[in-house]
Amino acid sequence: MNLLMALLKRKSVAASLLFILIVVVAAVFAPWLAPHDPTRQFFDGLTLEGAPLPPNADFYFGTDLLGRDLLSRIIYGARTSLIIGVVSNGIAVIIGTLVGVTAGFVRGWTGSILMRLTDLMMSFPALLLAIALAAILRPSLWIVALVIAMVNWVQIARVIYSETISIAAKDFVAVERTIGASSLRILFSHLLPHLLPTILVWATLGISTTVLLEATLSFLGVGVQPPMPSWGNIIFESQTYFTSAMWLVLFPGIAIVALSLSFNLVGDALRDELDPTLKGRL
Amino acid sequence: MAWYIAKRLFYAALILLGVSFITYLLLFLIPADPARQIAGRSATPEVVANIRHQLGLDLPFYEQYLRYLWQLLHGDLGRSYVQRSQVSDLMAARIGPTLQLMAAGIGLELLIGISLGLVAAIKRNSGLDRALMAFSFIGVSSPHFIAAMLALYFFAVKLGWFPLGGYGGIEHLMLPAITLGVLGSGWYSRMVRSSMIEVLHQDFIRTARAKGLTRVRVLLRHVLPNAIIPVIPMIGIDIGIFMSGLVVVESVFGWPGLGQLAWQAIQQVDIPIIVGVTTLSAVAIVLGNLVADLAVLLVDPRIDVKNS
Amino acid sequence: MHKVLKGFALTAMAVAISGAVQAQETPKPGGEVIVTYQNDVATLDPAIGYDWQNWSMIKSLFDGLMDYEPGTTNLVPDLAERYEISDDGMTYTFHLREGVTFHNDREMTAADVKYSLERTINPQTQSPGAGFFSSIVGFDAVSSGDATTLSGVTTPDDYTVEITLSAPDATFLHLMALNFASVVPKEAVEEWGRDFGKHPVGTGAFKLDDWALGQRLTFVKNEDYYRDGIPYIDQIDFEIGQEPNVALLRLQRGEVDIAGDGIPPAQFLQSQQDPEFQKLMVIGDQLHTGYMTLSVTIPPLDNLKVRQAINMAINKERIVRVINGRAAPTNQPLPPAMPGYDSDYEGLSYDVEQARALLEEAGYGDGFETELYVMNTDPQPRIAQAIQQDLSQIGIQAEIKSLAQANVIAAGGEQSQAPMIWSGGMAWIADFPDPSNFWGPILGCEGAVPGGWNWAWYCNEELDARAEEANAMVEPDQREERARIWGEIFTTAMDDAPWVPIFNEKRFTVHSARMGGDDALYVDPVHVPVNYDYIWVK
Repeated sequence: MNLLMALLKRKSVAASLLFILIVVVAAVFAPWLAPHDPTRQFFDGLTLEGAPLPPNADFYFGTDLLGRDLLSRIIYGARTSLIIGVVSNGIAVIIGTLVGVTAGFVRGWTGSILMRLTDLMMSFPALLLAIALAAILRPSLWIVALVIAMVNWVQIARVIYSETISIAAKDFVAVERTIGASSLRILFSHLLPHLLPTILVWATLGISTTVLLEATLSFLGVGVQPPMPSWGNIIFESQTYFTSAMWLVLFPGIAIVALSLSFNLVGDALRDELDPTLKGRL
Repeated sequence: MAWYIAKRLFYAALILLGVSFITYLLLFLIPADPARQIAGRSATPEVVANIRHQLGLDLPFYEQYLRYLWQLLHGDLGRSYVQRSQVSDLMAARIGPTLQLMAAGIGLELLIGISLGLVAAIKRNSGLDRALMAFSFIGVSSPHFIAAMLALYFFAVKLGWFPLGGYGGIEHLMLPAITLGVLGSGWYSRMVRSSMIEVLHQDFIRTARAKGLTRVRVLLRHVLPNAIIPVIPMIGIDIGIFMSGLVVVESVFGWPGLGQLAWQAIQQVDIPIIVGVTTLSAVAIVLGNLVADLAVLLVDPRIDVKNS
Repeated sequence: MHKVLKGFALTAMAVAISGAVQAQETPKPGGEVIVTYQNDVATLDPAIGYDWQNWSMIKSLFDGLMDYEPGTTNLVPDLAERYEISDDGMTYTFHLREGVTFHNDREMTAADVKYSLERTINPQTQSPGAGFFSSIVGFDAVSSGDATTLSGVTTPDDYTVEITLSAPDATFLHLMALNFASVVPKEAVEEWGRDFGKHPVGTGAFKLDDWALGQRLTFVKNEDYYRDGIPYIDQIDFEIGQEPNVALLRLQRGEVDIAGDGIPPAQFLQSQQDPEFQKLMVIGDQLHTGYMTLSVTIPPLDNLKVRQAINMAINKERIVRVINGRAAPTNQPLPPAMPGYDSDYEGLSYDVEQARALLEEAGYGDGFETELYVMNTDPQPRIAQAIQQDLSQIGIQAEIKSLAQANVIAAGGEQSQAPMIWSGGMAWIADFPDPSNFWGPILGCEGAVPGGWNWAWYCNEELDARAEEANAMVEPDQREERARIWGEIFTTAMDDAPWVPIFNEKRFTVHSARMGGDDALYVDPVHVPVNYDYIWVK
């Protein structure tokens, strides 16, 4: 609770949390909030020549190139972004933590092999790897989430690894060992609790990365499958119109940047609060 | 030192082997048949089979991969399935523009990042500091494709300050490089800011000020060089992140570089090109990290080689 | 009297107009032109190139025995001065033009014609067009790699080529006009090997001067071209990697002469309101049909009533609106500009009630779930979503599989993979203006094989037999009858509803105000997309 109060003292963080809350509410209550069915292609949603409508009284954000309500698509798109953000980042955090803790705690050959594996993953251009994976696995919402997780766990693993090593080197761990505590006991009663702040920080920051990668994959046409709306694929479908129907790129674009920014700000503030020694640092 | 470098080079080679293996495996698993694509729509099954055999696509995976490695060791990256040219020729034609854009982009990242971080640290906790940090946060939170499209829309279409994409002189390079530079500068500016603040608090700086050195002189001679050290390994790590942005930015701006080549090859499942570009990127990333680490060793004697 | 007068007036007007046009439109030699394309030019090897952007480039660098009148689909001899067909339709004798030289100054002879055909068919060349020449005697031996020379092609002297077919083929002259039958000099091919496509040497109106890979190609006028005065233009610079929107804006600024990829949809609507722009826009038909395949072997699409219901459920008018009216709805496989198109054919018209009733009869009153494959570049996924919504109206839930082109093609070539495929982006643009080109690979039994292009897996042996008969009608006076039979073959196939023919795409292209030449040259149906040889600079 103290943590939350401390976070809310910062205006930028309070605004970020508010925005995240709005997106969560939009995602959860999308069917009630959205003015229209996001997949319905309205007959009067296009001009006679087939151009999308600019924002107007019926369609507050205008329509897309199929005559669908853009606002409704953006509201439902929040679901896609959050599902991917939470699921995919969740998987990435779990894998990353497992690998990091194992490598840092067990050390030796296992640790060495695991860390070389992260080096290997870091050497891939992430986007190319994600695109190739998406092509093999045939994209769907869950596959995209999985693909992003496969690419994103590495960074967390490395952070957790170095953190684990530094904690394991501390005196109280050595003391525990000398009094005969089992490795598992040390792991659960000392390591994990001390790692928790780091995990929390990186889990928050990771959502931002995940949201961006999902948007980019969808923008390239290898993300979630239509007609499921995602902020990235709204832009993908509208890109040929972006010089004449700017709103089609602007609204989802703002949504992507704002959500990603919010998670970055919150993550950054969390780091400041949870780890005073890192205050103001990366 | 030599032992350290040798060890790092050995790991680098292992990593490259791993990257090429994984890439090759992924592409082997893609459900598309290059032989059919090459043979065209009028081809009989026999013709398709014949082409498959010529390309060695009928061999088991490990044989295909070993064959590829063997050729790679001889400097042969194979021929593009679609363009039929040597992959090395195609990549050679595009590496120039990519290096140009990379140099300009990373240069701008550093320039913008370091100067913003410097200013923010000096004016810390002021309105300017908060504005600059907000700017850097927006930068790292924006996907490249949105930034690139907006930049193209406002600065090229609406204002007409820059050409509408394409390749050529410095005026073509500006917009994509600025897009990459601004988006990538965020991490640097934040890092420089915090490490500046840290250095500013250290004793030797106080001593220097006390000795009567001017503020500017202290900043440039003593604070900045020390504050920049953590930036160096960051550049190495950044190369990998930068490459992903490059693919998108090159596509949006029509920049004839490796990123565009890779993206077109992915759409056509032109496997030799994809493997080639991925391997080359991995080489760049691995080398970048190695060079950055060595550079840190040179400028910062406090780091102990044996323990790193 | 009245009638006569009217007729007279019309004639006079026609004369006046053509006079005016003549006065203003005298082609002028000289000038340099800039053309843009988005996608890279893969190769300029005529045996291999098969893309939008390189098709007419290759036609300008190379010649074949036959070609078409500029801007039309009328066959005329090209490197052949004239030809004879034997009475049984099995032997074609081509008499070559004398004194035609390759860009390397060597004279083109009959041996080159023979070599070029053999090269295309040879499996080592890996030509996507080899299959077109399967009617030439000796094809099988070369195609399987057992022989390198075609026994059916002989050269009695340096200027005569005799080609013998294994069966009469009314389309054979069209095949000789394909890029894949272009004449290439053996010594240049052997010099460059597989890189010949980057160093093309032909007899065509232009020569390749410079190629900065991925950036720019420069063609210069071939001063020794055998047609006097052609080409008009001295130099063409092709700029590659230009996004169509960008290309168009540059064209408006006067930096570009021809936007090779045409007008992108958004600009299309804007430019329609701009009278200045209207003058620069050229509209043309193309030999294209966009269709959705319905696999006749995957349940429940194996049920004819279901396929008919799907046909009747799709609102083609709306789909055409979604792509801004850049196409015309259609009800049959052949495009209107193709001989055999049946303008009286009613087909399965849009009728949701009837479609529901048919589904009910088929036992799927509650609908069913299926999949629709589509290529993942705009506007294809959008069109698929329009189709998806229409199908949901009759209870069919089609899940969209939006994949890279190669993956869609692979899925179509497997019998149990793809129930429905929207052909957009991979669609059938005719290789040559003859209805037979719309049959074999995409609707005939020969294409309904693993890896084939008949994604509906439709195989009607009776219709295949009739197609063969039609192709044997080689006499000029049989032309109309042959077209009629072909038309019938396609409408009969539609009785089995293996496709939903959706629209015929039109082409909209644009050129700068300084470009001259007939509009048809800019939307040439065969020299796709632009016939560079005959356009000129004012």
